[in-house]
Amino acid sequence: MQIKPSINRLGEKAILLQWDFNITPENLNWLLSVKQILQQQIVKSKVQVVNTYNSLLIIYNYSIENIYNDFRALKSYDFTGISSEDFKGKLYRLPVCYDVEFGLDLDELARRNSLTISEIIHLHTQPIYTLYFMGFLPGFLYLGGMNERLKISRKNEPRKSVLKGAVGIAENQTGIYPNSSPAGWQIIGNCPVELFNAHTENPCPFKAGDQIQFYSVSKQEYAKIKQKIEDGIFELKPESHA
Amino acid sequence: MPKIELIKAGFYTTIQDLGRLHAAQYGVPKSGVMDSFSAKKANLLLNNESDAAVLEITMTGPTLKFQSKTQIAVCGAIFDMYLDEEPITNAKAFQVNSGSVLRFGGLKKGLRCYFAVQGGVKTEVVLESRSQYPTITSASRLVNGDELEIDSLGNLAIASARVNFEDQELFSNTIPVFKGPEFELLPQKLQKKLFTDNFTLTPEGNRMAIPFRELFKNDLKGILTGPVIPGTVQLTPNGNLIALLRDCQVTGGYPRVLQISEMGICKLAQKKPGDRVNFHLSELD
Repeated sequence: MQIKPSINRLGEKAILLQWDFNITPENLNWLLSVKQILQQQIVKSKVQVVNTYNSLLIIYNYSIENIYNDFRALKSYDFTGISSEDFKGKLYRLPVCYDVEFGLDLDELARRNSLTISEIIHLHTQPIYTLYFMGFLPGFLYLGGMNERLKISRKNEPRKSVLKGAVGIAENQTGIYPNSSPAGWQIIGNCPVELFNAHTENPCPFKAGDQIQFYSVSKQEYAKIKQKIEDGIFELKPESHA
Repeated sequence: MPKIELIKAGFYTTIQDLGRLHAAQYGVPKSGVMDSFSAKKANLLLNNESDAAVLEITMTGPTLKFQSKTQIAVCGAIFDMYLDEEPITNAKAFQVNSGSVLRFGGLKKGLRCYFAVQGGVKTEVVLESRSQYPTITSASRLVNGDELEIDSLGNLAIASARVNFEDQELFSNTIPVFKGPEFELLPQKLQKKLFTDNFTLTPEGNRMAIPFRELFKNDLKGILTGPVIPGTVQLTPNGNLIALLRDCQVTGGYPRVLQISEMGICKLAQKKPGDRVNFHLSELD
């Protein structure tokens, strides 16, 4: 694994650190370890540090903050001294209804990848996915670990709108639309769980490093969970690791 | 609390402050005033905090009725404006009375102006900001008949001076930029071309992004999804050059060839579809 990042200013108010490495849970652990050290030791002002697959971005709110000194400190920082901690988070199991009412592209995926619908459901619910970061839309989870046999290109023509909770696949990624949105991904089901609520103190229950697994529910079970969520009595609880 | 009534909301009027400074980790756009230079100036005229919430007014202005005495200032794009049918000027603090009506007329210069009121408008705060954004705030823009709470009368003595900022710079066509993370991947000829060509704003531009009309042919491939911020200029494999603005996503997969300076974003925010700009390479200090 490569230790030393390339470090560049991104405009007046941000510093970008980039590593040239693959998308793996081990590399995510390393990235989150570096992020923690940076927050504790280098960027002492009230700034944001966000991660993606292979990058950390330090965002300063005002250019008067100590960006130049931080930039120099980072340039000469000894990244080899950082040891990778375990940021493997909690395991959340999320219900998905794979009924064709929601799974608009199940038939297309089955045809193009020579799979039956029950094979698709099996392949999609089997892995434990790793949450790398959130982006694209508020509460949109970038998950790694999808089975290669489900890999499919985006729709040629994006849909104008898909339902909140739509579960989609694009290339080797899978994700859930946290709100109704235009969508280019192939839609295979719907997850009734609220992934993002701006009006709560913690707007999203998950954080980078958490583990996600889907389980298949019938239309009836889906409706029950949806009702519980509307009544405010559905509780999303992480499972203890096996 | 006293209120301001929007008799007419205008073409596209939103509430904005300096945006969400701690929500990128959830995938939430920063939002905030497109032209921070003008919005801060309007707040400064009233002795407000620089992050007090203002109305961002685009292309066609609103008609506002005040339910109490207060002070106001408008900065940025130049509109004809009438306070109780008397013409008033941009970049100056005015006292208004209970029952006063501020009416916006024609747009003379620029695209967006900022209406500030003493103490700022007191709408809902979501994730530390009043900036309106769909799925985050309950409304994504203002509509006819909206009422906005404001502070009851504070100190009226403060605001009086006309702050004489130089606006010539704001309306110029030269946008200061820095090199973006993927700039060096462009062949030298194309690097140079970014600073010699002119680029035309398309009508598809909005608070999220402005695509430019000219195709910029290139061989760059998409990148592994990575961070972007307002001012990042993306170049698509099809040759579309897209300037991301305040409501942009927090991550993107196109090469980031340029990063527009803070003042450059303010300048671009004052450009209309069809206007042409050029990029000027600046050095970071």
